[in-house]
Amino acid sequence: MNLLAFLIIFPLLVSVALLLLPGERLRAGLIKASSLAISLAVIGLLFTTFNRSIQYFKAESYLIDKLMFLAELALAGYILYLGLKFRRGWVVLFILLQEALMIYFEYSHGWRIFAENNLFIDKFSILMSLVVGIIGSLICVYSIGYMRDFHEDYHKEIKDRRPFFFFVIFAFLSAMFGVVFSNNLLWLYFFWEITTICSFLLIGYKRTEESRKNAFLALELNLLGGLAFLAAIIYFYKTTGSIELSKVMLLGKAWALIPVALICFAGLTKSAQLPFSSWLLGAMVAPTPVSALLHSSTMVKAGVYIILRFASVLQGTMAGYALALIGGVTFLVASLAAVSQSDAKKVLAYSTIANLGLIVLCAGIGTYEAMWAAILLIIFHATAKCLLFLCVGTVEHKIHSRNIENMSGLIITMPKLSIMMQVGMAGMFLAPFGMLISKWAVLRALADYNPLLIIFVVFGSSVTLFFWVKWIGKLIIVSGHKEEIEQGVSKSQWFPLAALSILTISICGFFPLVSSVLIEPYCLEIYGRTITMSRGNVEIMSIMLAMVMLFPLSFINYGKRVKVVDAYLGGANINNNVQFRGSAGTVRSMSMYNYYLEDIFSEKKLMRSGMIIAVVLIIAMLGLSLL
Amino acid sequence: MNIFLNILLYVVLAPLAGGLLSGLDRKITARMQSRIGPPILQPFFDVLKLIQKESLVVRRSQNFYIGFFLILVIFTGALFFTGKDILLVIFAFTLAGIFFVLAGFKASSPYSFIGAQRELLQMMAYEPIIILSAVAMYMVTRSFYISDIVSFSRPLIYYLPGVLFGLLYILAMKFRKSPFDLSTSHHAHQELVKGITTEFSGRSLAMIEVAHWYENMLVLGFIYLFFARSPLAGVVLSLLAYFLVILIDNTFARVKWQLALLSSWLMTLIFGFGNILILFILPK
Repeated sequence: MNLLAFLIIFPLLVSVALLLLPGERLRAGLIKASSLAISLAVIGLLFTTFNRSIQYFKAESYLIDKLMFLAELALAGYILYLGLKFRRGWVVLFILLQEALMIYFEYSHGWRIFAENNLFIDKFSILMSLVVGIIGSLICVYSIGYMRDFHEDYHKEIKDRRPFFFFVIFAFLSAMFGVVFSNNLLWLYFFWEITTICSFLLIGYKRTEESRKNAFLALELNLLGGLAFLAAIIYFYKTTGSIELSKVMLLGKAWALIPVALICFAGLTKSAQLPFSSWLLGAMVAPTPVSALLHSSTMVKAGVYIILRFASVLQGTMAGYALALIGGVTFLVASLAAVSQSDAKKVLAYSTIANLGLIVLCAGIGTYEAMWAAILLIIFHATAKCLLFLCVGTVEHKIHSRNIENMSGLIITMPKLSIMMQVGMAGMFLAPFGMLISKWAVLRALADYNPLLIIFVVFGSSVTLFFWVKWIGKLIIVSGHKEEIEQGVSKSQWFPLAALSILTISICGFFPLVSSVLIEPYCLEIYGRTITMSRGNVEIMSIMLAMVMLFPLSFINYGKRVKVVDAYLGGANINNNVQFRGSAGTVRSMSMYNYYLEDIFSEKKLMRSGMIIAVVLIIAMLGLSLL
Repeated sequence: MNIFLNILLYVVLAPLAGGLLSGLDRKITARMQSRIGPPILQPFFDVLKLIQKESLVVRRSQNFYIGFFLILVIFTGALFFTGKDILLVIFAFTLAGIFFVLAGFKASSPYSFIGAQRELLQMMAYEPIIILSAVAMYMVTRSFYISDIVSFSRPLIYYLPGVLFGLLYILAMKFRKSPFDLSTSHHAHQELVKGITTEFSGRSLAMIEVAHWYENMLVLGFIYLFFARSPLAGVVLSLLAYFLVILIDNTFARVKWQLALLSSWLMTLIFGFGNILILFILPK
C-alpha cells in the first residue's frame, strides 16, 4: 500500500519541484535521483507482492475524491479555454458534454457513490507498473541529454520550456501508476484524463502550427474516448450500484456487455486503433522521448490494458468478435502502410499501431491463451519499441534527418548506435526475440479459437518482416567513404540506450521466469487455467538466441583470407565505388534506394479503406453489445 | 541417442541428396532444351572447385552472414527432421533467409542490393501460405509438432488439397526458379548479373550452394508432410512436385515482382484460406 501511494504521489511531487527548481544541473540531478527511486520502488513492489494473490486497499477517499473533482473541473476549464481560444469546436463540445455528465453524476448520486476499495494490485498491474516504472525512468534520464541537444544545438528557434516539459513528463508517470493501480473506476477515469492532457501538452510542445494542429487532433479523439468511458461508469453505477473494477469484472456477460463495449471504445481511442489511428501518426511531431514514453511504451498501452481487463467478459460474444476484427484489421492495415514509409518515426508509429492491434485482437478473443500472448506482447513491444525510438532520436540529431534512406552506412558512421538499433528491430520481428515468442503464442491462441482470424496475422506479419529487414539492410550497406560521427552523444543518452538493448535481449532469456511468476498465475486467477511454452520449445528458442548472439564472434575473422575488391557496377569503377564509366565513356553515378512499393501499399488508400471498415466494426461492436 | 543419430544422418545425407537432385535437375533441364547436359555429379565438382578458389569480397564482413545462413538452414532442418514444433521450424527458416538477404545488403553492390530487395519481396510473398499451412495442419491433427503431424492416421492431402496447391504455387520461389527467379537464378539469362549472390565467390559461394541443397530438402520435406501416411508415396510425390517445378521453370518466362507478389497472395487467399474456411465450417 505504501509503495502504491509512493508511486502515485512521488512523481507528482517531483514534477512540481522540477517546475520550480532553478538551474539545469539541479534539475538533472533530481531527475536522475527520482528515476532511480521510481525504478527501485517498482522492483520493490515486484518482490514484495509477486507471490500474493490480488490485494485491495481502502485508501480513505472522501477528501481525495473532492480534490480530484476540483482538479478535474480546473483542467476542464483550462481545456475549454484553449478550445475557445483556438476555435476547436469538437474540443469545446466534448469537454462541455463531459463536464455536464460529471457534474450531473456528482450531484445526483455524489453522496452515495462509494467504493469500498479504491486501489488494488494484482499480477497484471505489477507487470504494467514494471513497464511504466523502469522504461519510464530510463526515458526520463535519456530526455535530460536529448532535450539539452534539442534546444541548444538543433532547434534554437523553439522556445526552451524544459522545466515545463519535465513537469508534464513526471505528472504523466504519476497518472500512469494511477491508471494501473486504481480499482475505483472514477479514479481510473481521472488518471486516464490526465494522461490525455499530458499527451496533448507534449505533442504541442514545439508550439508550431503543425504541432498545435496534431495536439488538438489527439485531444479531440481522446476526449471522445473519455466521454465513452464516463458513460460506461455511469451505466455501471446505475445498473449495479458499484464503481469498482473488481466487482464489474465479476458481473459477467449479461450485465456488463454494454459498458464494457463503451470502455473498449475508450481503449481503442487511447491505443490509436483504426479508425482513430491518425492522432498517433500526428503525435510524431513531439520530441522523440515523448513518442517513446507516451506513444509507444506506456500511455497507448493503457488503452489495451483496460480492454484486456475485460477480455474474459468479451470471450465468445459477438461484440468480442467485432473487437477482435478491429484489432486484426488495424494490425494488417498499419503493417501494410508501414511498407511505403521512409520516415523512421512514421514507420515506428505504424508498427506501434499494428502491434497494439494485435493485442486488441487477442483481447477480443479473450481466451486464456490469448491473454498470455497479449501480456507478453505488451512487455516485449514496450522494451524494443522504446529502444528504437530513442535510437532514432539520437540519430536524428546527428544526421539531421530521420529518413531511413539517409541512414545508409550507419554501421560505419555510428557503429554502436546502429547495433543497438538492429537489436531493437530484431526484438520487433525476428526469431528468437520477444515478439516472435508472442507471435507463436498468438498463432496458437487463434488456431484454437477461430483459425479464420489468422489471416490478418499471417499477412500482417509477413509484411512486417519486409519493412524491418530493408531498414536493417540500409544500416549495414556501405558505399563510398564514410567517417565516424558518433562522438558527442551524452552519457545520459548512452546509459538508457545500453540498458534497453540489454533488456531487449535478456528478456528473451528470462521470459519463462516472467511467464511462470506473473503471467501464468494471472491467467490462472482469471480463467482457472493457463498455457506456457513447453520446455522443449524454450530450449530451441534459447539455442537460437545463443546462435544469434554468437554472430558478432565471426568478426574475429574480420578481413582474414579474403581479398577486397570493388563492387561490380557494370562498367569501369571510378571514385570510390560510387561512380563508373559506362558505355561510350560517360561517367555515371550509382545510388541505391530501398523498395517502398507505393503503388501497391499506398498509405492513403489503405488508411481510408481501413477507416471505413473499422467504423462499421465499431458500430457493430456497440450495437452487438446491446443484444 | 536416437535424436542425435537422426540429426547426424540428416546433416550428412541431406546435402548428398540435395546435390544429387540438383545434378538431376540440370540433366533434366538440359534434356528439355535438347542438350546433353553435365554429369549428374557436376554440382559436387562445382562446389569442390569453388572451395579452392580465392574469396573476393566488397565488404569484409559480408561472408559472415552467409556462414550464419548456412548454419541456420542446417539448424532448421535438424528441427524439422527431428519432429519439432512446426511454427518454430518456420521461424528458424525465416531467420536463416534473413541472414541471406542481409548478406546481399552487406555486399553493398547495386546488383546484390536489388537482388536482396527482391528476395525480401519474395519472402513477403510466400510467408503467408507457409504459416497458413502450419495452422491448417494443426486444425486437422490438433498438434503443431511435426512428429504428430507425420503420424496422423490419414494423409493430410485428403483434408488440405487447397493448401498444398497454394504451397506448390510458391515453390518456384523457394527453389529460385522461373517464373519466380527474381532475386537470383541458376540460368544465364539473368537481368541482374547474378542478383543477390553477385558479389560472392569462392568458399562463400560454395556455402550458398550447399545451403541451397539443404533448403531444397527441407522444402520437399514440407511437401512430404501432406502424404506422410504412406512414406513411399510421399517421397515419390514430393519428387514429382520437384519435377513439376523444373517443367514450369523451362516453360515460363520470369514475371515482374508485382505479379509475383500479388498472385502468390491471391493464391494464398483463394486456395489456402479457402481450404481453411471449408475445414472450419464443415463438421469433423
